[in-house]
Amino acid sequence: MASTPDGPTLGQGTRADWKRLIAERAIAVVLFLSTFLSVLITVGIVAVLLLEAITFFADVSIFEFLTGTRWTPLFSSKQFGVLALVAGTTLTAIMAMVVALPLGLLSAIYLSEYAPNSVRKIVKPVLEVLAGIPTVVYGYFALLFVTPILRAISGDISVFNAMSASIVMGIMILPMVSSLSEDAMRSVPRNLREGAYALGSTKLEVSTLVVVPAALSGIVSAFILAISRAIGETMIVTIAAGQNPTFTLNPFVPIETMTAYIVQVSQGDAPAGSIEFKTIFAVALLLFTITLLMNLLSQFVVRRFREEYE
Amino acid sequence: MAMISQTEFQRKRARRKWMGRAFYGLCLLSVAIALAMLGILLVYLFIQGVTGISWSFLTSFASRHPDQAGIKAAILGSIYVVLIAGAVSFTLGVATAVYLEEYAARSKFARIAKINIANLAGVPSIVYGLLGLQIFVHSLHLGNSVLAGGFTLALLVLPIVIVAAGEAVRSVPPSLREGSYALGATRWQVIWHMVIPQAFPGILTGVILAVSRAIGETAPLIAMGALTFVPFTPDSPLSRFTVLPIQIFNWTSRPQAGFHEVAAAGIIVLLVILLVMNAGAVILRNRFQNKWE
Repeated sequence: MASTPDGPTLGQGTRADWKRLIAERAIAVVLFLSTFLSVLITVGIVAVLLLEAITFFADVSIFEFLTGTRWTPLFSSKQFGVLALVAGTTLTAIMAMVVALPLGLLSAIYLSEYAPNSVRKIVKPVLEVLAGIPTVVYGYFALLFVTPILRAISGDISVFNAMSASIVMGIMILPMVSSLSEDAMRSVPRNLREGAYALGSTKLEVSTLVVVPAALSGIVSAFILAISRAIGETMIVTIAAGQNPTFTLNPFVPIETMTAYIVQVSQGDAPAGSIEFKTIFAVALLLFTITLLMNLLSQFVVRRFREEYE
Repeated sequence: MAMISQTEFQRKRARRKWMGRAFYGLCLLSVAIALAMLGILLVYLFIQGVTGISWSFLTSFASRHPDQAGIKAAILGSIYVVLIAGAVSFTLGVATAVYLEEYAARSKFARIAKINIANLAGVPSIVYGLLGLQIFVHSLHLGNSVLAGGFTLALLVLPIVIVAAGEAVRSVPPSLREGSYALGATRWQVIWHMVIPQAFPGILTGVILAVSRAIGETAPLIAMGALTFVPFTPDSPLSRFTVLPIQIFNWTSRPQAGFHEVAAAGIIVLLVILLVMNAGAVILRNRFQNKWE
């Protein structure tokens, strides 16, 4: 084989060949290291949270942490019952889903089964704008627009309350539910629908008795992802739901979520090493574990229960 | 199955049709509610904030008096942090995507790495803030600096870049690669001169989406210790900083109505920046889609 002036053929053992071979290997190693770093991020998260949480649990019993219902680490008489924060997170996430689930699913059915293509092409991206708006903007909207309306309806509602934050959070995660559910419904093959129509079904019956059941794994997985998103949501609840850890499911009083507590402590000057500083890592470890389990569950649902029509 | 009479059948059919129409109305109503909420949100913010926008608002520092408060430090802080986050996540994201798609597509390590990336995308953003606080601020002694903030957000948006770049790289037709290999190019030459240039619009779209996510993030930067009141512009990568969303959060949390107005003005600026970036991403995506059709 002849070598060309600007690129000698590989395999002849010239110095240029060796240089190129070494460069190829070096680049492969660099790319591998970059990929490895993405795995290291997870390791780093777990390590960072565990390290501080372990020293926290040296001072506070893990049993008290997981079963106590009073959370007062920032007061002089400190109690570390994380259930007060878990209750706040649960309440806001459930109520957000009460908004996002029906609206999101019905929107998805509309987009997938009813909307003409031209309408769908416009409505879908416009809906997704809702998902792109920064959460701090939703927080502003919840506190200064939704809360005054709620308080005008009932004077018993506090300025900071779970209801307003949850409604707005539901609006925020609605596009996630509708988008993922719609993807699942559109991948249901046409002939299933046509079979049902041939038997005289109405569109309602086709949608609810054929398409939704066939796409159920995708829809359920979208719901689980949305709940996980609601649990991890921070700014809306920080701004609009209050900073009063309360073991309650009353949506009209101030509460505090796990995420809002982390922000509250971060905003103050808790010195590294203090018990207040350590609490945020213990809370974050719990938060991380819950959301990770839900994400894994969502992936499992898709893999395990997917209906195959090929 | 029991036979039913003609009238019975007609009655049932009418009922089913009626229910179908009601259900259609319900679906339509859901979409209308969602779209209406978006409309109300945008109109409300515009009305609240538009009077607060002026040249002096854009060029003044934060102030104790709402009518003198501005977003100069916040805007510059946002730009610096997001530039760092964009550059770092672009480099790492493309390198990772190329490795996963071109070098190790079917290896066990690649499978683990992909599952890991999917899970990283679901980690609450505030957790990334604590990671940044412990790794960049404390362990690497970067302080609560622009650099530490940029790195923290880079890790947060890395999964977005990796997924988008991976899709872009996958969509480059194999014939292009094979043609280059046939001319004697090495694997890296094919990637550098063929695959990456072809995938570039798709990669860039991903980076823009990642950056527009980063620019709206508040919680992770509060957790890593960004400031809320900054009467100076960051002059070095190690200087302290604030960003636009934190400034908005700070003003929203104050009781005085005057600050709520400047917060809304800040929100309008933030949303305009996002709109411009997303429009850019859409234009790029359209150009990209037409290429091989």
